[in-house]
Amino acid sequence: MADVVVEQARSVRAASSRKRTSLRNVLGRKSTVAFLLTLPLILLIASLVLYPAFYSMHLATLNKSMQKFVGLNNFTFLFKRDTFWMVVRQSCIFAITAVFFKALLGFIVAHFVHNLPAKGQRKWRGMLLVPWVIPPAMSTLAWLWLFDPSYSAFNYTLSFFGIGPIPWLGDTFWARFSVILVNVWYGAPFFMIMYLAALKSVPDQLYEAAAIDGANWWQRIWYVTLPMMRNIIAITTLFSLIVTFANFDIVRILTSGGPLDSTHIFATWAFQVGIQSSDIPLGACVSLFMVPILAVAAIFILRDVSKRGNEA
Amino acid sequence: MSRKTLTRRQFVAATAMSSAALISAPYVRGAYAAGKLSIGFWDHWVPGANKASTDLVNEWAAKEKVEVSIDYITSNNKKLELTVAAEAQAKSGHDILQMPTWWPHAYADQLESVTDIMGPIIKQNGEVNGTTKYLGQAGGKWLAVPATVGSQIKGPCSRIDLMKKHAGIDVQEMYPAGSTPKDENWTTDTFLKAAEACNKAGVPFGIGLGETTDSVDTAGAIFQSFGAELVNAKGDITVKTDAVRQALEFYKKLIAVLPADAASWDDASNNKWLISGRGALILNPPSSWAVAKRDAPQVAEQCWTHGMPAGPKGRFAPFLPYFWGVWAFGKNKEAAKSLLTHLSQPSSIEKFVAASGGYDLPAFANMTKLKTWAEEGPPKGTLYSYPDPHGRQTMSIAASPAPPKIAQQIYSQATLTKLALRYARGETMEQALAWAEGECEGFMRS
Repeated sequence: MADVVVEQARSVRAASSRKRTSLRNVLGRKSTVAFLLTLPLILLIASLVLYPAFYSMHLATLNKSMQKFVGLNNFTFLFKRDTFWMVVRQSCIFAITAVFFKALLGFIVAHFVHNLPAKGQRKWRGMLLVPWVIPPAMSTLAWLWLFDPSYSAFNYTLSFFGIGPIPWLGDTFWARFSVILVNVWYGAPFFMIMYLAALKSVPDQLYEAAAIDGANWWQRIWYVTLPMMRNIIAITTLFSLIVTFANFDIVRILTSGGPLDSTHIFATWAFQVGIQSSDIPLGACVSLFMVPILAVAAIFILRDVSKRGNEA
Repeated sequence: MSRKTLTRRQFVAATAMSSAALISAPYVRGAYAAGKLSIGFWDHWVPGANKASTDLVNEWAAKEKVEVSIDYITSNNKKLELTVAAEAQAKSGHDILQMPTWWPHAYADQLESVTDIMGPIIKQNGEVNGTTKYLGQAGGKWLAVPATVGSQIKGPCSRIDLMKKHAGIDVQEMYPAGSTPKDENWTTDTFLKAAEACNKAGVPFGIGLGETTDSVDTAGAIFQSFGAELVNAKGDITVKTDAVRQALEFYKKLIAVLPADAASWDDASNNKWLISGRGALILNPPSSWAVAKRDAPQVAEQCWTHGMPAGPKGRFAPFLPYFWGVWAFGKNKEAAKSLLTHLSQPSSIEKFVAASGGYDLPAFANMTKLKTWAEEGPPKGTLYSYPDPHGRQTMSIAASPAPPKIAQQIYSQATLTKLALRYARGETMEQALAWAEGECEGFMRS
């Protein structure tokens, strides 16, 4: 009997030690640790992004008073509205134009900064990042004052040259110009810093080889710099396209979508329809419409990036 | 550590004594015996005006033994509207929530009827105006209580000197403080001529053509003075009528003499226009005059608030009321109704009006001659005509009399100002009307 008891105790000890070892093994795995470390973020995203996203999908299928399921009726209703297609067009114009100029300016400025002596470069980098660091709502308010229809600092300055007054926010063309300008001003530093990082990672030997081959400035840019920066350009453009497409604060503060709805983009129109007009299902529909457009853009750009990654 | 043990005998004795004490003691009512009440009020523009609300609520809470908590919610960037929408979605939130103009109708299904308290309030304070009924009632049921706080008329605030000099109009004589207005000749034609004269003199009328409430309210009152409705009370689209055409012709002439950038004006633009001394008239509650009193006293001294010009179909004042709503899912509805009754007493209303320097406007007929409006200045009597004490105007809200859920769309999408602007900027009358008709068809969605 005593032998049996001893045997049992030994087998229990062995089993618990095996359990401890296997737990230690599981915890020791990098993937498990990585999962546990990212778990808070996953939960945060699930509660603050996924839940609202699914909830807005649910809202988009309800009627105006949110009491009846109407399927895709809200979407078909939107497709018949001229204002909706105007908003689609404007959102595309706004996002594509702003991202193009942000990328172009970022690229140019990044080259200037890259070519500065290392000693002064940090100061310039800091100063050039200021527009991106200031909260956009605050800086847009400053722009609003600059564009103020009656007391615009721009118009005051232009008057010395016999130009103006320009109705910055009152005329369709100038209002579109103004919202895009502010978006470019705000977003260009992000491109600049990303491109600067990419430029710094291009090996000098490539430029030396190009110089030996007799490449001029333009050829160095086209055949060395751009191919080396392609992935960064693609990812930055995708990221900026998503953020710009979903922009709200700049348009809301500067024009509220006016004049004559000429500056409305998806987010501002969704707010106007959903909150100001108490038609939450339709507002949800408008905002959800951005998803397929951005998904298609993301698929194309990321596929291109991964293809080049595989080639490398 | 010593520990005293309780014997069975001691336990029985202690229990008996406690029971005897509890039974024989007098009933003492706890400090918050009537429960809790949470309130979401609109955060007032006028400094110090919130204090009147807090004081009145505390006064009631002390008497009724209710624990109250008040949140002052700004209407900046539609925070108040967002709060209403969020609480309606969550079916949880404040017991009483202040709601802007269209929101009682928008959330009618989730609001507790306040018909039972509105009867006695009306009996005490006089009948409410038609716009308040239109916005606050559905099917004979009161959806919310008209709030004095925040309610306003956006009537003309004229510069006495500039109107006299350039348009030949003595606004003080036309709207004398303390007596009946002599406004028979104050018509849309006179208004247009005055606007043209002031523009010629370099001090144009400051009327916005944007998408915010000041611009929309003005357009609403002007359209109504021509009898122009985009959608009638039955819900039929009535865009292509002579009345709408007349209103558009008037607006086109008016737009020609307004500041060139009026299309981008927001609710602050006309205030700045008046205070800077660049304009002869704006349409606004007395907040701009109040700011001028502080920042540009020489301008404030020349300001005179008065009635709207009359059109072929009457004189309409842009009235923008607030309401206090009680959620049907609220936890303390009886206390909420009791508080709203308290806030609607004449003495409470008088305090609101005084605390806001005359800005807040009650919707009740007997409450338009309070001393605050008669005494405010400079110049003394500048606000006398603000609450329309002689009943010269019809209180109106833009887009009415369309069914409120359609009217809310016309209002919030600024269809009236956009229509006027389209025609003034070169679209033909028929193109502009066809656009408005298409918009209104879209607003019929249920």
